[in-house]
Amino acid sequence: MSDVDLTTTVAGLTLPNPVMTAAGCAGTGKELDQFFDVSELGAVVTRTVTLDPVAGAPMPRMTATPSGMLSAVGLQGPGLQGFLATELPWLAQRRARAVVSIAGATLGEYGELARRVGNSPGVTAVEVNLAIANGDNRGRDFASEPYQAAKVLEVVRRDVPRGIPVLAKLSADVDDIVDVARAVTKAGADALVMINAVRGMAIDPRTLRPTLGAVTGGLSGPALHPLAVRCVWDVHEALPEVPVIGVGGVRTGYDALELILAGASAVQVGTAVFADPTTPMRVVADLRHELARRDIACVADVVGRAHHQEGDRP
Amino acid sequence: MRVAGEVLSVKRVGAHHHLTLVAPGVAERFRPGGFVALGVGGPLSESLLRRTFSIYRARPTGAYGGTVEVVFPVTDPGTEWLARAAAGTAVDVVGPLGRPYALPKEPVACTLVGSGHGSAPLFGLAERLRERGCGVHMVLGATTGAELFGALEAKRAAKTVVVTTEDGSVGITGRPTDVLPELLSRTATDVVYASGPTPMLHAAALAAEAHGAWSQTAVEQEMACGTGICLTCVLPVVGEDGVTRMVRACTEGPVFRGDRVRWGDIGSVPEDAWGAPRVGGPR
Ligand SMILES: Cc1cc2nc3c(=O)[nH]c(=O)nc-3n(C[C@H](O)[C@H](O)[C@H](O)COP(=O)(O)O)c2cc1C
Ligand code: FES
Repeated sequence: MSDVDLTTTVAGLTLPNPVMTAAGCAGTGKELDQFFDVSELGAVVTRTVTLDPVAGAPMPRMTATPSGMLSAVGLQGPGLQGFLATELPWLAQRRARAVVSIAGATLGEYGELARRVGNSPGVTAVEVNLAIANGDNRGRDFASEPYQAAKVLEVVRRDVPRGIPVLAKLSADVDDIVDVARAVTKAGADALVMINAVRGMAIDPRTLRPTLGAVTGGLSGPALHPLAVRCVWDVHEALPEVPVIGVGGVRTGYDALELILAGASAVQVGTAVFADPTTPMRVVADLRHELARRDIACVADVVGRAHHQEGDRP
Repeated sequence: MRVAGEVLSVKRVGAHHHLTLVAPGVAERFRPGGFVALGVGGPLSESLLRRTFSIYRARPTGAYGGTVEVVFPVTDPGTEWLARAAAGTAVDVVGPLGRPYALPKEPVACTLVGSGHGSAPLFGLAERLRERGCGVHMVLGATTGAELFGALEAKRAAKTVVVTTEDGSVGITGRPTDVLPELLSRTATDVVYASGPTPMLHAAALAAEAHGAWSQTAVEQEMACGTGICLTCVLPVVGEDGVTRMVRACTEGPVFRGDRVRWGDIGSVPEDAWGAPRVGGPR
């Protein structure tokens, strides 16, 4: 079983295994390091870093929903300066592969973040969170319009040094995710991360008012998994040459394998880490087992495998 | 740490349930004020998130290996499942978590005030304080007699015990914090330790301040992860530098200095908090 090869490549990066944490779901990395060695993961994706410190959304920020949760944290974080002073150096010193998630309110902010993060030591890749209200476009999400999303990727790709891949994180709350995928890869995204939490809402049975302080929030967890599989499938079908990182409801090794079979070269684990902090490393072990029992020697061989008829392997 | 635990027993205590879990390794690391996050619902459950419980007692050794005990009322399907769990049921345990009560270095006078099942963590605390030579006084309150927890045990744990119920069925009629001002001066209390719902903690912190005592309050915040990664459990707390930050109840807390918490602002993000939306700003 130990001879299953979990090595994967995404946008020119070679990772020892395809399992990463998801943005905003691993704290600073330190919290999880008490449970397992974070440098053993394929990569650690940071919380989304903003230019200025953000206090975040009012409470309640979370409510449990069937097979998932709704949350609205509002990108609480220390801002770029605080992040670069403490969080990034810690990840670098731990030798974790750090994928830094960034978000700006305007194109200018994305550009500044890209420049300053891209030129900091210890950055493995930059992930662009597009599920952000665009201050220049009546507050609509950058992720919801292919044109706006592409403009962000153009700016970020221009300002991040060449050797560092730029990943575009997409939302499923769009007319056609393939259109957005096509637009951002044309604009320079080296890989796609799919999907972000989808907008949802719950109403409190006692107060009969919206449960979350922010009214709406992101639905995440296993409830989201089939949607993530479908999005990865659609994009891999249309753009087979574009590397994809699958995210949404991964809790077991088979959940990870499913995204890989649909076309993902790597996966991220989010909400399941809240339920059990050891989930990411358990998914690594579990994935190895899922491959071994199917006599698959290399995970890289089955990326997109579900798209091929039996026997006609690429 | 995370361990595969097992239910040893669940007993009814008035309106509450007293759960004893076999969870080797957790008890050794336990300090009063710490909590555990328990997986509820079993393997087929669609309830993903853990429930967090303040630790009542923890015994490192014994006939069953290390055990951890918690006390809770049934408030949702998760606690209902735990309350009905048969002996032997597997329960995943993460803990002990959180920053515990700070203990005084000197043998000072301490008043411990708890409300409902919130009284549970005060007994382990009382033991540690007595070991240090502190004088321990206790006030236990509840809405009704059935919701009181530990009134008998308190007689062994503390020099002075005052019991209050809001319906007057047991002890003094009123809230536990109603009797605090008088008790704090009578016992010359130096430190107040409190555990219970927010309004009670707020009142305890104010009573301590008025009397010139320190206060250590353990907040009850809903938590999605308990381990500091989700940021859903935050509350506004004033730091050493005078700046208000949204800090995590599970990691920076659950125990905070009572004079540091902005009690009236819990639930919101105060305008002057670090990183709060600038008036007229983009975020
Ligand atoms: C509490 C919470 C915070 C999140 N924060 C971020 C974030 O800062 N940036 C981001 O791009 N996605 C964020 N996400 C979305 C996740 O990274 C992920 O895309 C989504 O939750 C689906 O994956 P999951 O089902 O494994 O959680 C957050 C999700 C949750 C539940
Ligand atoms: S409960 Fe997740 S950070 Fe506190």
